[in-house]
Amino acid sequence: MIAGDGDAVGVLATIWKWAPLIGRGFLLNILISVLAMAMGTVAGLALGLGQIAPYAVLRRPAQIVTQFFRNAPWLVLLFYCILLLPYQMTVGDWTVPMPAWIKATIGLALPVMGNVSEIVRGGIQALPQAQWDSAESLAFSRRQTLWMVILPQAIKPMLPPWMNLYAVLIMATPLASIVGVEEAMTLTRFALSAENRSELLLPMYLALLVAFFAYCYPIARWTARLERRFAVKH
Amino acid sequence: MTGVWDWFLWLYEAHGINLPVFYDSYDRQRFFAGLLTTLELSVCSVVASVAIGLVGAWALGSGSVVARRLVQGYVHAFRNTPPLIQLSFLYFAVGNLLPRLEMAGGGSRPLLDGFAWAVVTLSLFGGAFNVEIFRSGIEAVPASTVEAAEALGFNRWRLHRHVVLPLALRICLPALSNNLVNLVKTSTLAYAIGVPELLYVSAQVWADAMNVREMMNVLLVTYVGMVGLLSFGLRRLEAALRVPGLGTVGGQP
Repeated sequence: MIAGDGDAVGVLATIWKWAPLIGRGFLLNILISVLAMAMGTVAGLALGLGQIAPYAVLRRPAQIVTQFFRNAPWLVLLFYCILLLPYQMTVGDWTVPMPAWIKATIGLALPVMGNVSEIVRGGIQALPQAQWDSAESLAFSRRQTLWMVILPQAIKPMLPPWMNLYAVLIMATPLASIVGVEEAMTLTRFALSAENRSELLLPMYLALLVAFFAYCYPIARWTARLERRFAVKH
Repeated sequence: MTGVWDWFLWLYEAHGINLPVFYDSYDRQRFFAGLLTTLELSVCSVVASVAIGLVGAWALGSGSVVARRLVQGYVHAFRNTPPLIQLSFLYFAVGNLLPRLEMAGGGSRPLLDGFAWAVVTLSLFGGAFNVEIFRSGIEAVPASTVEAAEALGFNRWRLHRHVVLPLALRICLPALSNNLVNLVKTSTLAYAIGVPELLYVSAQVWADAMNVREMMNVLLVTYVGMVGLLSFGLRRLEAALRVPGLGTVGGQP
């Protein structure tokens, strides 16, 4: 199937026509990913610190919650939040509406939380035990040791897996189209059904793939560079 | 067995917890057929993605520049784009271009059905990660071990067969397990193209029985249990294959 020049121009013009709308959808993908990453990171940090708590009452539940959210498929968690979270939340006198994209953001933040928790645990446990011992010998409390000695050193090696997770997250945002959020994938399908021309299927989906690639590939390269720089030489 | 199914009927009547996938034989059949489809989808994609990973890693290590560039291009393309859009692209766009099979009674059907496209996409997606995993595993085999084997007169094939690959597999097993577990979780995407796997049939059940909350919980527990079992099995395999003194990449040292 070789399209003539006229067809190729027509296809490009059609993609160009829809680009602003789908581009706005793509901004929603980015917004969802940034918010879900922020929420998931804060919750995951707390959960990860829970996983290394000296008290079993704290440690065991944190480990179970982490494993649960790491093992559950992202799409199932997304469905869970979309279908079971209320349409609005009432906090005191305030009523906050919960549009689908906010629920999707929460749904995506849950697996991020589980994965960040594991990154935090791994990063902290990779540090030599001597760091804990010497901080203790200098009369640091456990909290001081954690915030002033352990975490500042553990953050750098946690960065590459954390960025990797962000790449996985942005590539999971099109899942929101399955549950009806109007992001780039939904709008592409909308454009395709509005045009109703089967020769557009290949170029339109390809353009969407290229858009995601253009966003994700630099992140992947940067992550790989950081990984090499932080690699521990044996 | 009937006793167990009846207990779920009692649970509904006494407590209003409606789980027709356990007490209703039609829904039960649907649900377990979906579970079976998910398992088939996972097994096919896992096997194919490991094969793609091995072939890709072998091509990366070969002398051919063209083969290396092609594999690198494939790996970058599939690692840096969303799997859902890959699936839509292959199923709707590429599938649309393929010839259709004429059926005996007239009419035609697509060359590949949704299940086949889901396996193709998942294998290509998982395979792209496996190529990198196997490559880093092979690279992490100590040079001194390879030199020692060469000094003992191993030729290239026997060197790989008996020394490099057994060590590389052990080195990359944690990263490989991680990716395979991920692949099983990603199999839920087949929902988007109407493959009747676990998520799809569950959506049908909750649409019919109006029991979204109960069904979602059953679904979540089923997936977490399935994935948990798989990762437990893979960890056992890691422990069983462990060679003292050999480090790993991407896992605990």
